[in-house]
Amino acid sequence: MTTPQTSPTLLKPAKPVGIVGYGAYVPRYRLPAKEVARVWTGGKGAGLPIKEKAVPGLDEDVITMSIEAARNAMLRAQIDPHELRAVWVGSESHPYAVKPTSTLVAEAIGAVPNTQAADWEFACKAGTEALVAAMGLVGSGMGHYAMAIGMDTAQGKPGDALEYTAGAGGGAYIVGPAEESLAVINASYSYVTDTPDFWRREYQKYPEHGMRFTGEPAYFKHITEAATHMMEAMGTTAKDYKWAIFHQPNTKFPQRVAGQLGFTPEQIAPGLLVPVIGNTYAGAAIIGLTATLDLAQPGDRILMVSFGSGAGSDAFDITVTDRITERQSLATKTQEYIARRTEIDYATYVRYRGKLAMR
Amino acid sequence: MEIPRHWRLKQQRYGLVGEVCPHCDAKIFPPRDVCPNCGDEAKTLYTFSGKGEVFSYTTIYEAPSGFDSNAPYTVALVKLEEGPMITAQLTDLGEQPVEIGMPVEMVTRKMRNDGDERGLIVYGYKFRPAWNMPQG
Repeated sequence: MTTPQTSPTLLKPAKPVGIVGYGAYVPRYRLPAKEVARVWTGGKGAGLPIKEKAVPGLDEDVITMSIEAARNAMLRAQIDPHELRAVWVGSESHPYAVKPTSTLVAEAIGAVPNTQAADWEFACKAGTEALVAAMGLVGSGMGHYAMAIGMDTAQGKPGDALEYTAGAGGGAYIVGPAEESLAVINASYSYVTDTPDFWRREYQKYPEHGMRFTGEPAYFKHITEAATHMMEAMGTTAKDYKWAIFHQPNTKFPQRVAGQLGFTPEQIAPGLLVPVIGNTYAGAAIIGLTATLDLAQPGDRILMVSFGSGAGSDAFDITVTDRITERQSLATKTQEYIARRTEIDYATYVRYRGKLAMR
Repeated sequence: MEIPRHWRLKQQRYGLVGEVCPHCDAKIFPPRDVCPNCGDEAKTLYTFSGKGEVFSYTTIYEAPSGFDSNAPYTVALVKLEEGPMITAQLTDLGEQPVEIGMPVEMVTRKMRNDGDERGLIVYGYKFRPAWNMPQG
């Protein structure tokens, strides 16, 4: 590793910050991609984008899922919830159009009333946006701890390409001072442009996408730019990182972008969860990081790059500290959630996701 | 519309917050400000661990209004680790059969809509089979 350079475009707080606690959540039910193919393509259609996706139960939504991930993060951080100065939830599936997810999550974990609360939106990178903001809040000294959550119960139109992958899950992070952290966030970097690759208009149930336009000018361009700029500014190459996590709308995209940036399949393996839980949108990169932290060792360096349509990427350069080993087992691990699995058929999925008009 | 009631009960429903008696240390749920054990005043808040076991259960096929979209579902008498017995729905059962004595843990879930889909979403405690409970 070369000496880190300072760059005016990096988002780096004045006071060093890091992750003091993290937690994941994946609902129990799984819909195999071949089941979607059975219904819509007569079982044909070679090269399914994933194996199966996680589906929330009838009584789950972004609020209940965020509460469980937040409780896991609190277990690992071992702090008093009244010390949180922010509870921020990024999602594109907030249960209400008007009424915050974050206040209910804050109430459930006992963080109210002396806290900031807000819901974030930026397609699939709403969670990492909240994480950058939490770095700013803690890094400026405005608050000692801040919680950032990325969670989704993603929507996909029946029969659309997105229906194979639109999954459910996410993670919660508590950001605090670097000296208390299980992983220090060395810096972040954001790269955004106005790119119309995917959107959902107000009052519409399902999103629209720009077909192949979602690839090169959107996903690949933004992730590559964010990762490249981050590594140049930090004076690193792919070899300096033990692990990497990229936003994962399907299995192929993160594998390809990782290869283009010089990362090996081994480096992205622990954080590549899309084949078994689907694309968790605002939770996708974030839950990849929870699974990676679950097996990380002190000193491991991690690169995480999210992507949100519309479009933008947030890159994070993270170094794991000695505290990781004592905190990993304090809450349920991401792979344990993935192993808790009940397969459902398409009909059950239709009922669970409210796709039947009852009146 | 029962907005004031939902608002008043939010702490006990979201987080299983009850009371502890300062005189005899009995744990109280739901909170009632008077200790059912010794009869003295008990207003100290106490957050339950959420761990317990199934004392008895039944499956509801003809659900009351507001709960029908979730039927069939299982309701149990759950004996909390700290003592009190409460009634709650079980969730996340998958294909797992329910048994008396089965260890369960609290989760916060959607209970129902207050009125129709334009109304408030009511959240509260349910219990799921305990699995891989983290220590500490």
